[in-house]
Amino acid sequence: MTIAEQGLSAVFEDTIAADQRIEPRDWMPEDYRRTLIRQIAQHAHSEIIGMQPEGNWILRAPSLRRKAILLAKVQDEAGHGMYLYAAAEALGVDREEITEKLIENRQKYSSIFNYPTPSYADVGVIGWLVDGAAICNQVPLCRCSYGPYARAMIRICKEESFHQRQGYELLLAMVNGTDAQREMVQESTDRFWWPSLMMFGPPDGDSPNSAQSMAWGIKRHTNDELRQRFVDMTVPQAEVLGVTLPDPGLRWNAERGRHDFSQPDWDEFKGVVAGSGPCNLQRLAHRRRAHEAGAWVREAAQAYAEKQAARTEKGAAA
Amino acid sequence: MIPSDPEAADGAEFTAEGGHGAVPTLGVEAGSGAPARRAWPLYEVFVRSKRGLNHVHVGSLHAPDDEMALHSARDVYTRRNEGVSIWVVRADDITASSPAEKDPFFAPAGDKVYRHPTFYAIPDEVPHL
Repeated sequence: MTIAEQGLSAVFEDTIAADQRIEPRDWMPEDYRRTLIRQIAQHAHSEIIGMQPEGNWILRAPSLRRKAILLAKVQDEAGHGMYLYAAAEALGVDREEITEKLIENRQKYSSIFNYPTPSYADVGVIGWLVDGAAICNQVPLCRCSYGPYARAMIRICKEESFHQRQGYELLLAMVNGTDAQREMVQESTDRFWWPSLMMFGPPDGDSPNSAQSMAWGIKRHTNDELRQRFVDMTVPQAEVLGVTLPDPGLRWNAERGRHDFSQPDWDEFKGVVAGSGPCNLQRLAHRRRAHEAGAWVREAAQAYAEKQAARTEKGAAA
Repeated sequence: MIPSDPEAADGAEFTAEGGHGAVPTLGVEAGSGAPARRAWPLYEVFVRSKRGLNHVHVGSLHAPDDEMALHSARDVYTRRNEGVSIWVVRADDITASSPAEKDPFFAPAGDKVYRHPTFYAIPDEVPHL
């Protein structure tokens, strides 16, 4: 490290220590930049891939009201991906490049989206549990040390609240319906409970990299803290719905003032992230197809812009 | 050094940093960081949230031309009535102060405390001042 770099590094460390934000044109350690690019890119990919499980139900939504809500929600996911790609780009990475990394499977997205949505109740349960877990993860990111990421997360968190509430309201309607509808809600909860717990990542003991991210102010709480918070939030919500969370080990611990609960199957989790989940191939193939099928639109827009620019130039010269 | 071999993801470490859930942190490419081929320029987006307020920077996007940039900005940044007016500006056209020169650049204002009203001691009994 040169003397100039040492000075810059001290400014960076001081900024982090004072809990202030790092902005794109500030000097930052190369590892900090790489960690953020990877994190924000994979977060963006998760939003983009996250359109698919629920998009599956848009054409089969049971009413115009539910269809309009679901469309708005899926459109939000696309918007979240756009905010995040923009935040990643401010770190000097190109959007085209990270999109290609996604469709070539060299960057990943959240494991949760590799589970199928065979039931309409899944739309509600995803809003309730999956978006609920996402909110637990994302709210602390609003105070992330990297400014553009933190600002994107503030917008996203506001919109996630709509996602979670529409899901819960959908489930309320179903549990107040027929026995068959109540069974659908329970069945979907049984499938999504464990994958939702996995969303927080492995237990802290198995997550040594977290310490560096916490020191940099990128991550604010450990995986286990966030998982505990999610469980404590969710239990009373499940009671109102009258659904049973499928964990025989789940009980209130008066001594700790929190719930005890069982660990999900981490081998399954690793398998799903590595590519052997129920829908990995389908999700990626769909994304690749959409990217390739949309190429002509991007090219046409570009050709039109060039034609207009040429005309303007000609007009100016004349 | 982050390994670039995608197979390395198999034994990788995972964390919840995907926002929507855990993703691997090892064996994942971070991107070159080098400026790559790109046809569409970057635009910065500014939104006036209501009449009487300033336009405020809200983010950025890529678009082939100004008009498309404006339409995309509407779709990406104002889905919930966040704005009554949008500016889009080519990022290339923005001239910005350099963060490295932050201190000398803003130094002229640093030692002029007399420009602030609190610099002047006024007796408590003087009203409306």
